Amino acid sequence: MRKYLNVISAYTIMLGLIILVGFLQSWNVALSILNFCLISAVMTMGANIQWGYAGLINFGIMGYTALGGLAAVLVSVPPVREAWQVGGLNMILCVFVITFIVFSIRYIIKKYKKSNQRGFGITFIIIAGIIILRLISAPAIESIEAVSPATTGFLGGLGLPIMFSWIVGAFFAGALAFIIGKIALGLRADYLAIATLLISEIVIAVVKHEDWLARGVKNVIGLKRPVPYEIDLQSKEWFINLIAKINNGSLNLISGTLEKQAALHQLVIEASTVFVKLCYAGLFTIVVVILLIITQKALYSPWGRMMRAIRDNEEAANAMGKNVVKQHLLIFVLGSAIVGIAGAMMVTHDGLFTPGSYRPMRYTFLIWVMVIIGGSGNNFGAILGGFAVWFVWIEAAPFAEYIINLLTSGLAENNQLKEHLINSVPYFRYLMMGTGLLLIMRYKPRGILPEEIKHS
Amino acid sequence: MDFLNAIILLLNYIFVPALTYGSQLALGAIFVTLIYGILRFANFATGDMMSFGTMFAILFTWYFQSFGISLGVLPTALIAIPFAIIFMILYMLIIDKFVFSYYRIKKSPPVMLAMVSIGVMFVTQAIVRIIIGPFDRRFFDGEKFILKANEFKEITGLNEGLTIKSTQVLTIFITIIIVSILFWFLNKTKTGKSMRAYSDNEDLALLSGIDPKRVVMITWIIAGIIATIGGVLYGLDKSFKPFTYFNNMLPIFAAAIVGGIGNPFGAFLGGYVIAFSEIFLTYAYKKFFMYLLPESLEPNTLVQLLSTDYKFAVSFSILVIVLLFRPSGIFKGKVL
Repeated sequence: MRKYLNVISAYTIMLGLIILVGFLQSWNVALSILNFCLISAVMTMGANIQWGYAGLINFGIMGYTALGGLAAVLVSVPPVREAWQVGGLNMILCVFVITFIVFSIRYIIKKYKKSNQRGFGITFIIIAGIIILRLISAPAIESIEAVSPATTGFLGGLGLPIMFSWIVGAFFAGALAFIIGKIALGLRADYLAIATLLISEIVIAVVKHEDWLARGVKNVIGLKRPVPYEIDLQSKEWFINLIAKINNGSLNLISGTLEKQAALHQLVIEASTVFVKLCYAGLFTIVVVILLIITQKALYSPWGRMMRAIRDNEEAANAMGKNVVKQHLLIFVLGSAIVGIAGAMMVTHDGLFTPGSYRPMRYTFLIWVMVIIGGSGNNFGAILGGFAVWFVWIEAAPFAEYIINLLTSGLAENNQLKEHLINSVPYFRYLMMGTGLLLIMRYKPRGILPEEIKHS
Repeated sequence: MDFLNAIILLLNYIFVPALTYGSQLALGAIFVTLIYGILRFANFATGDMMSFGTMFAILFTWYFQSFGISLGVLPTALIAIPFAIIFMILYMLIIDKFVFSYYRIKKSPPVMLAMVSIGVMFVTQAIVRIIIGPFDRRFFDGEKFILKANEFKEITGLNEGLTIKSTQVLTIFITIIIVSILFWFLNKTKTGKSMRAYSDNEDLALLSGIDPKRVVMITWIIAGIIATIGGVLYGLDKSFKPFTYFNNMLPIFAAAIVGGIGNPFGAFLGGYVIAFSEIFLTYAYKKFFMYLLPESLEPNTLVQLLSTDYKFAVSFSILVIVLLFRPSGIFKGKVL
């Protein structure tokens, strides 16, 4: 019990802070902070598997998040029949051409020895393939994007419940990670960081500009939800009764049936948004708990021990007969798949997919700050980092405003310095993140909840 | 005549812009490579450090403008640069003293330092945005064009115009001067040689009596000068926006690695490689072929290899290809 004391106390403080926001600001804000904390926790778990378990540095988190979001669109949006009619055949043909190119290159690499001729052959196949692809896809893309561009203009998805996309997103991200891992995992740590960062930018560029896939920067809005809509809830008998029961005391104080009715209506509207957010929070918590159990089991299994051995001394692990390359690839795919789940969860929560909003600052570097501050190698630490950093990220602005008002209270209301500072309140979150990261790295380099290794 | 027109077209839309953009990237890449070669970490705060220096240049430009000081045809920012450099160097030395030196003395792995640089990136970004705000700023004044398209057409009687902006000439000119001074410094002076020795083999350099503190300090000073000038030139040519500067970090990294990280000459050429390939691959060659080919063969599409949306993606793909086939860069990296 003693051992877990710091974990329990850290989480109690965190939940206490969120509840405090509920009392001070509103339950709506508190719950949306909680939901994003949970999503961030999933992302940090993914990054933590790679960095904490295996020492692999992955700055491509943004790319996997976007792929998860793409999966949400492709799974849940109903297919656009017209677009499939005008361009579907060509796009399917393109998929076949790509598979053909990949397999023929694989065949050449296997069959022939390394030589100049082989290099030229592969280059020729790639260039010819790209030209064929352009010829097939260009007219199809044009006609697909012409199908009522204001609302669709893309192929649409499968029309399945959006919850499936959490799994599909994991597969998408895992597949991308497999390709990146094959290319880049042999690189030295800092090269790998830069390479993954740049590859994730390429992914974003593709998602942003291939309009036939997911409308690009025109965004997809109004995705289906796994939880009830607020409007539906407000007319449901059982929900109104529930709210009336909960607020019985305060409602009884109001005299007059009409006023009572109005007050109840107001309460129902407020409660419906809170209820929806609670549903999301429940779903996300289930995901976090499942992932936590799996990752925790993995960490203390022989496999986890092997990963730590590889992380701490690659050469020794290699000499002991462990396949370092294969294990690195495996853990790279697994971690990225978890980040993909988080990406799909986020789009599900928002109900919209906005490729323009994927920025490395928010989706890569912030997640890394979470992992480092929380404690890499410790799942509880990583989740705590996700919670704490997201909480600060959101609450930094009101907090900074309060501090500035306090410090400049001696100055006049229209003082230029004061106005300037108040206007730049949103940027104090970067300052807090940066100083937080620097302080933690200097004085507590293993994070708030450091990694503990059980010796048995 | 058509042939000349086609050449002018390429000069105007590809060669001049790419040379300018390449110079800007080259300065950034040299900054990255210096830090990597001597301090041994990938500096993720590159873009934000450049924007920090540029911010001071803009503040000084405004200050001078309020006094009515100007350089006539040249932008006022040129007088502001030295003052901005002083502040930049101060900032860099302070950061080094309070942040980086601790890890350097402890001999932390390079990844650790890269993480720390992310912290510096956040802080610098915050400072820049708090002081000058996140908005687009143009601080160019003076004569905008050296050669206008119309004038060129009148002089030569060609259909195609050639526009040369003064910022483009300034950028290329200043870059060449700065880079030549840098190479002279690294190759001919004693301090430069000691820097190269330190970069090559730290232990051996220490044995032969090179003072590491001095080498590190001089590196930060040179890096500060280059970053400020690079940032100001980019801002003069395009515009100053903190977010754009942050994003520029990515092609700069690509340039440094393509050229061979740790090798300033490689970084210098890498900047041009990245810039030219970005613009070559995303330019629509329709008009070019219209001049060269007979009417019956004229293309009816844009003849564009890649849409301009993929501009960044081009440089990153080059980087990935280079990393795959020649991980040490085109010019063998890791020698200063």
